[in-house]
Amino acid sequence: MLQFILRRLLFIIPTFFVISFVTFIVIQLPPSDYAQTYVSGLLAQGDNIDAQATLKNLRDLYGIGEPAYVQYGKWMWGILTRGDFGMAFEYQQPVSFIIWERIEFTIVITLASLLVSWLIAFPVGIYSAVRQYSLGDYLSTFLAFIGISVPSFLMALVIMYILFKYFNITLGGLFSSQMEKAPWSLAKVVDFLQHTWLAILILGVSSTGGLIRTLRANLLDEMHKPYVITARAKGLPEWKVVIKYPLRLALNPFISGVGFTLPLLVNGSIIISVVMSLPLVGVMLLRSLQSQDMYLAGSLILITSLLTIIGVFLSDMLLAWVDPRIRYQ
Amino acid sequence: MEGPELLLEVKGLKTYFFLDEGTVKAVEGADFSLLRGGTLGIVGESGCGKTVTAYSITQLIESPGRIVEGQILFHRRLNGVEGSPATTEVVDLAKLRPGSRSICEIRGSEIAMVFQEPMTALSPVHTIGDQIMEVILLHRKVSKKEAREQTVEMLRHVGIPKSETRLDTYPFQLSGGMRQRAMIAMALMCRPSLLIADEPTTALDVTMQAQILELMKQLQREMGMAVILITHNLGVVAEVCEQVAVMYLGEVVEWADVEALFADPLHPYTQALLRSIPKLGQSKKGRLDPIKGMVPDPYNRPGGCPFHPRCAQMIAGRCDQERPPLVRRPDGRTVRCVLYADS
Repeated sequence: MLQFILRRLLFIIPTFFVISFVTFIVIQLPPSDYAQTYVSGLLAQGDNIDAQATLKNLRDLYGIGEPAYVQYGKWMWGILTRGDFGMAFEYQQPVSFIIWERIEFTIVITLASLLVSWLIAFPVGIYSAVRQYSLGDYLSTFLAFIGISVPSFLMALVIMYILFKYFNITLGGLFSSQMEKAPWSLAKVVDFLQHTWLAILILGVSSTGGLIRTLRANLLDEMHKPYVITARAKGLPEWKVVIKYPLRLALNPFISGVGFTLPLLVNGSIIISVVMSLPLVGVMLLRSLQSQDMYLAGSLILITSLLTIIGVFLSDMLLAWVDPRIRYQ
Repeated sequence: MEGPELLLEVKGLKTYFFLDEGTVKAVEGADFSLLRGGTLGIVGESGCGKTVTAYSITQLIESPGRIVEGQILFHRRLNGVEGSPATTEVVDLAKLRPGSRSICEIRGSEIAMVFQEPMTALSPVHTIGDQIMEVILLHRKVSKKEAREQTVEMLRHVGIPKSETRLDTYPFQLSGGMRQRAMIAMALMCRPSLLIADEPTTALDVTMQAQILELMKQLQREMGMAVILITHNLGVVAEVCEQVAVMYLGEVVEWADVEALFADPLHPYTQALLRSIPKLGQSKKGRLDPIKGMVPDPYNRPGGCPFHPRCAQMIAGRCDQERPPLVRRPDGRTVRCVLYADS
């Protein structure tokens, strides 16, 4: 077991470097750079500047123009030795100054919506499988397919419209303006929830449909296995049978999927965050990619992929904990 | 002491499966009974309804299957204290709702089951100790510690060495024979009065089969429980059972003491079945006599006697028309065939 954990931990290191290198190169690939974008932006506004000199200054300042692997090396060195992720050109601030808060909020909202989707999906999925082809099963299947097929941003827009039109509620942002800078308190948490409940709900619901279907299918596969009959033959009441035996085995695919749910929710939240003007990582990443703000984009991808790797590692550990067949290999 | 006491009577049991393609009459008239402490073998080809009959007894038939007719009378002993005459109550298991509290109290506690595949019949992610202890924790008022001790004891009893440590192993860490022993230990935890073993040795290799059968016989003697052994192996029946019910297409066509059945099979199907198995001392040139034809499609049961299309003694105009009556012979054995209807 210890060897298993150690091996998985060691795998993290090369994976991390490969991902960060590849993303860094890909960001660099378009035939322009931030300095170019910036200068042509200034020129377009009619500023009277010496284009060539400014361009050269900017490139020298930020180390743009050197070969990509040299830039990558310097950037990585900075991160590993000083925790310095480089400059966010557009914000004129070090990357590490501006991203952490966003990442924290993104994680909070992501985890909250993951929780919501599980809280809905588990009971409904179990019900659907245990009472297969019942009215409730058909109903939940119907709703699940609607949940899968209706884009979440559309749902968000419609609900926001209804809330505004009939209840005069505007949702957007994370806090009300007076709470924005206030120190953390119970009131601020309440304020946060008041502003983000819809986003959490919609993000959660958008993955619920798929989860219900997966759980139903997994559980139905397990429900007819001989060990379930054994459990019934022991005299266990039906609900205990389901929870202890088939559900336990039906969870394995879920647990191995947890690692991949995290990045999916981060990426999946981009459109929702734009629609509901939530200052989350996704929006910042989108913007930085458009303006080729390479250190910012690189750092964001680096951190999300690191989260993914950690997520996969954790789900591996969980799986080994839950399933002895993996543990005792 | 008065004569042997009845434990289970199955009368006119019918279990059907209602599928979109039609109704499958998996059990279409099963009649037999079993004495307390006795051993009954149920034999027949694959798909003849042996397992469905067994599952019907404990109401383990899953939807869309359902018991549609018949009685399963279980003579349940109430707090039988040693020495004093035990009172019994008769429960009709066929009337209990599947999954109801009353059937759950009987399952595992008074009627226990052992299944065919010890690999798949045990959960792969729970230790065998956990799965075995569960039975006794469910039906008896014992602490976790006592349950554990009793489980260790029972595992040792069924011949699992180092049972204190084996308790915490997972099924995949045990061999097939060990797993089946664990299965048996699980079934016997509450000292049931009836053990239903559904092809308990089919998935094991031959040497293991003999050991497991021997173990079951020994435990039966010690605990005085009755056993229903479901098998397609007539050799096993001859070895272990006192009575046999022969099934064909959902019907018990013949029910008799094992010696009587082997010495003088009455039903043409039983006769054909006995001719089709090799005997020791049979000359090499002597050929086995297989039963001609195939088991009919369960959706289209032949009318009249279900065996008539394959029967050598078929009486045209009778066997394919009327359903043969259940004939009770003077010695108590029953047979379902028109050949004996008039005697």
